[in-house]
Amino acid sequence: MSNFILETRGLTKHYGGVHALDDANFVLSPGEHVAVVGDNGAGKSTFVRQITGVEQRTSGQIFFDGHAVEHAGPLEAREAGIETVFQTLALADDLDVPSNLFLGRELFKFRLGPFSILDRKAMRERTMEALKTTAVKIPNVDNPIRNMSGGQRQCVAIARTAAFASKLVIMDEPTAALGVQETAQVENIIRGLKERGVPLILVSHNLRQVFDLVDRIVVFRRGRIVASLRKDETDGNDIVSYITGVKGSEEAAA
Amino acid sequence: MAQPNATHGLGGLKYDPSKKARPQELNVFIAFVAIVVAFELLGRLIMGESFLFNTREGTEGLFNTQRLSIIILQVSTVGIIAIGVTQVIISGGIDLSSGSVVGATAMVAMSFAQTALVNGNPNPKAIFGDWAMDLPVLLPILIGLGVGLIAGLVNGALIAYTRIPPFIATLGMMVSARGFARWWSTGNPISFPTESYNAIGTGMNPVFVFIVLAVLFHLIMTYTKYGKHNYAIGSNEQATRMSGINVDRHKMLVYVIAGMLASVAAIVVSSKGQTAQANMGVMYELDAIAMAVIGGVSLQGGRGSIIGTVIGALIFGVIISGFTFLKLDAYYQEMVKGAIIVGAVVMDQWRQRARTRG
Repeated sequence: MSNFILETRGLTKHYGGVHALDDANFVLSPGEHVAVVGDNGAGKSTFVRQITGVEQRTSGQIFFDGHAVEHAGPLEAREAGIETVFQTLALADDLDVPSNLFLGRELFKFRLGPFSILDRKAMRERTMEALKTTAVKIPNVDNPIRNMSGGQRQCVAIARTAAFASKLVIMDEPTAALGVQETAQVENIIRGLKERGVPLILVSHNLRQVFDLVDRIVVFRRGRIVASLRKDETDGNDIVSYITGVKGSEEAAA
Repeated sequence: MAQPNATHGLGGLKYDPSKKARPQELNVFIAFVAIVVAFELLGRLIMGESFLFNTREGTEGLFNTQRLSIIILQVSTVGIIAIGVTQVIISGGIDLSSGSVVGATAMVAMSFAQTALVNGNPNPKAIFGDWAMDLPVLLPILIGLGVGLIAGLVNGALIAYTRIPPFIATLGMMVSARGFARWWSTGNPISFPTESYNAIGTGMNPVFVFIVLAVLFHLIMTYTKYGKHNYAIGSNEQATRMSGINVDRHKMLVYVIAGMLASVAAIVVSSKGQTAQANMGVMYELDAIAMAVIGGVSLQGGRGSIIGTVIGALIFGVIISGFTFLKLDAYYQEMVKGAIIVGAVVMDQWRQRARTRG
């Protein structure tokens, strides 16, 4: 149908009378890394929640991998190949790293319905591999996540996404709560995805990071997409003026 | 001395396994040993006799096996319930209905386990006609388990699909199941079971049932998808849902298993007593929760183990037996039992605060 991996047409979400997202037309090419920027409440997270099936859109269409999709929930989106790191970490604190990585897609030695026997060794080995390719630093993968620092936990969440990434990765402010070193680690994971040709939507407030990592920047303002600019056609000041509304008022569209 | 093992560390970080936190179960076990030692010392100081050891003239053996077997026999029935309650609490829920399910199951199972003739006369406590007399023992067992299954299904459906708190759903079941037990035979006890039904709870059979179920559920909680998902749901239900796990269906299963384990306990206890009464199992749910909490199962969900609960059950039994041994009134036992439960929860809170402090 098209050669976009993801396309939205007229994507709209209202919460009661609040127009959180209005007529968003967005495209993502295979292997492309796109940043979604905008002020708080601009509709970035709402946009992500519609694509990932966490919420159901009010109107509009989403095409993923060449097909119109109606993801009833995050699981369906994930099964279709959309992996997401959510702003609130989707990790179980009392489980160790392999259990979190494989939560909901465990490997089994022996299938017996709900009482299927887990293949803990295989899951642990594949976890170590996944963490090595992402260069995440974790002292002991057999410890519960609870005992780890915020950065380590975030890295586990991202490693989980990167390890299973198939068609599209979405990260909603992955470095918001991280220190300098941990941020660098996450950025390395993102570069690894680029090398592997996995497309990415990165929601971020950090313009330095955005210019470092992505190919294209999409600006949201008051629930609308007000700009879509290639990295080499723009600069920080330009983006900020779109975010704050100095440029690109009502008539501008992506 | 444990050697620092660098292969555990990723990304160049050194990891020293000797610094790993002690497993919770070990702490509980240390507490268990301390309590036994305390009763031993108190016994020798106050009563002038040993709590643990055999000091009687002319009898064989190192230990006071009589007291020890009474302790383990006493905890076994409620211990079976505590296994079910443990997996409920780990999933982030609570089950207040297990004691009443014991009552309801005992009444129903016993009415299908009656024998036609008692000393040559018709059974004076007969509930049904001749058709329900001298049935094969498997039948009352299956019917009894069915009672727990239904109670668990109702609990689970209420919790999973109406999203009411487990406390409320199982409180409702606690009252209703007790009412059902009283209605079943209009309050009359049901007695005179068949020989084969009697045999279920004789001797150390209840202990055997308890151990087999404890081992089985330890394996389930440790090595199966069910166990892993149970911990995951209790730890972060939202994340577990996001991971594509059918949390609602899992919760149904959790409460069904808890209900059926309560029924197992009911069959054992009614067989042991050779009678069923509507008031059977009153307060069992609280004793079972106490065993789990003493054993280190966190009421917040996500943490705890069957091993912990088994040790918790032993602590519970030793304390009750120790009080009897010290000739303290039953009133004190109840008061102290309450204090122990609260104390165990306070300790859980402390542990968590210590953890979040890092």
